Amino acid sequence: MTNGHRAAVAFDRVSKSFGSKHVLRDVSWKVPEGEAVCILGRSGTGKSVTLKLIIALLKPEQGSIWVDQDDVTHLEGSRLSAVRRKIGYLFQDAALFDSLTLYENLALPMMRLTQKSRGEVDYVVDRVLGQVGLACDKEKMPSELSGGMRKRAGLARALMLEPKILLADEPSSGLDPITACEIDHLLLQQKAEHNTTLMVVTHDVHGARRVADRLVVLDHGKLVAEGTVAEVEQSENEVARKLIGSNA
Amino acid sequence: MTNVFEIAGKVSLFGFRAAIDSFRRPFEGEQIVQQLGEIGSRSLPLVIASGLALGAVMTFHTHSTLVMFGASAISPAVQALAFFLEIGPLVTGLLVAGRVGSGIGAVLADMRATEQIDGMESLSIDSFKFLVVPRVIACTLTLPVLTLFMDFSGLAGGFLSEFATSRLSLQLYIFRAFSNFQWANFWPPILKTCVFGFAIGAISSFFGYTTNEGAQGVGKAATTSVVVSSLMIILLDVILIKLIFFMFPESAL
Repeated sequence: MTNGHRAAVAFDRVSKSFGSKHVLRDVSWKVPEGEAVCILGRSGTGKSVTLKLIIALLKPEQGSIWVDQDDVTHLEGSRLSAVRRKIGYLFQDAALFDSLTLYENLALPMMRLTQKSRGEVDYVVDRVLGQVGLACDKEKMPSELSGGMRKRAGLARALMLEPKILLADEPSSGLDPITACEIDHLLLQQKAEHNTTLMVVTHDVHGARRVADRLVVLDHGKLVAEGTVAEVEQSENEVARKLIGSNA
Repeated sequence: MTNVFEIAGKVSLFGFRAAIDSFRRPFEGEQIVQQLGEIGSRSLPLVIASGLALGAVMTFHTHSTLVMFGASAISPAVQALAFFLEIGPLVTGLLVAGRVGSGIGAVLADMRATEQIDGMESLSIDSFKFLVVPRVIACTLTLPVLTLFMDFSGLAGGFLSEFATSRLSLQLYIFRAFSNFQWANFWPPILKTCVFGFAIGAISSFFGYTTNEGAQGVGKAATTSVVVSSLMIILLDVILIKLIFFMFPESAL
């Protein structure tokens, strides 16, 4: 990797398509460690795909994706697993395992991937659930949780293994503005306390303005604007200006 | 036609991977026990009820014919051989394919559609090992046991039917049923059901785990799992019977 040693995540000429639909075309960019980046763009422009490429749930047709020092496009098995342990992923609908209680959802990765005792796992689960305000709900099934609670539970699960990089796919979608704001604050708290690199896909411009150190705008599979909120507001690209200004 | 062969190849590789991963750590004991309960104990009432009904009806049909030839005494033996050799394994396989195959297909497809499988992978948990392997193992282990329940409940149904028509005692029924019975009639068909179970587990898991059609794929995966599993059981039955006759010639009637 060239010039990418201090980047938490780096895309190097990445292309991804589904059949004849090109989602990403020759995209290159870097996210420095400890930075919060919000990815904006219209629906279907490859924002969620970008996050899935980082955690290698999808593989690109072309290019390299570096997470720390590892090109995840060529990793398999235990080496990929080791990289994934550095990453927390908050899915759009939280993706909680619906046959497990909230406690079991959170404890599962720790029980399987660490040597921690049951008591230690319980302690961490209680601490993380306390952080997201769900300490009293750990015996509930995911179906018993509201949308906001599910999002917070998903965030709690993503934080269980203390990730260096946190990927969040539309963390505020379907939530009222107050709950959305709470989720954003939890993300910022994680960044501030643990220097976690945040990458947030969102349509919520208010949220993006709150969270982001830097914005990235995707359109038709291309990176059309990148920079601080002020820089994107002054961007030459009309889509980028509209996206950041649309409900600002 | 090419598509059929392509899917057959993919299912075979999927099943092969499940078989290999069954012997790889971690062994997912908790998940296997949970699936044994889900697949085994919850299928039991259906299997027993079907066996009783099938046994009773079969005796009704065969009894009158055997009486015509003065051979009513062999009715229990006919019943036992029919159930242990063929009806038990085949009907149990088809029942489990219907009840369990659709469930496995739907659950895994729903997990795929709601990103739960991606969620598992993102947490460095091998979703194949965690979700597919326990289901395949549980189907493989459960089907022989369920088949035994089907066999004996079929005999029980046959006895009730026999008792209603000729007041045959239970002791005499059992004696006649098993007087000419050999172990060679027992083990090969029971082992055959392990193959049926493996096929049901692997096929149903394949269609659920690999779907990518969102919510629509859930129903499709459930239906396809049942249809393909059932067809495969019938096909495997023909192949395995020839194999059993080749390996255990004494089991051929």
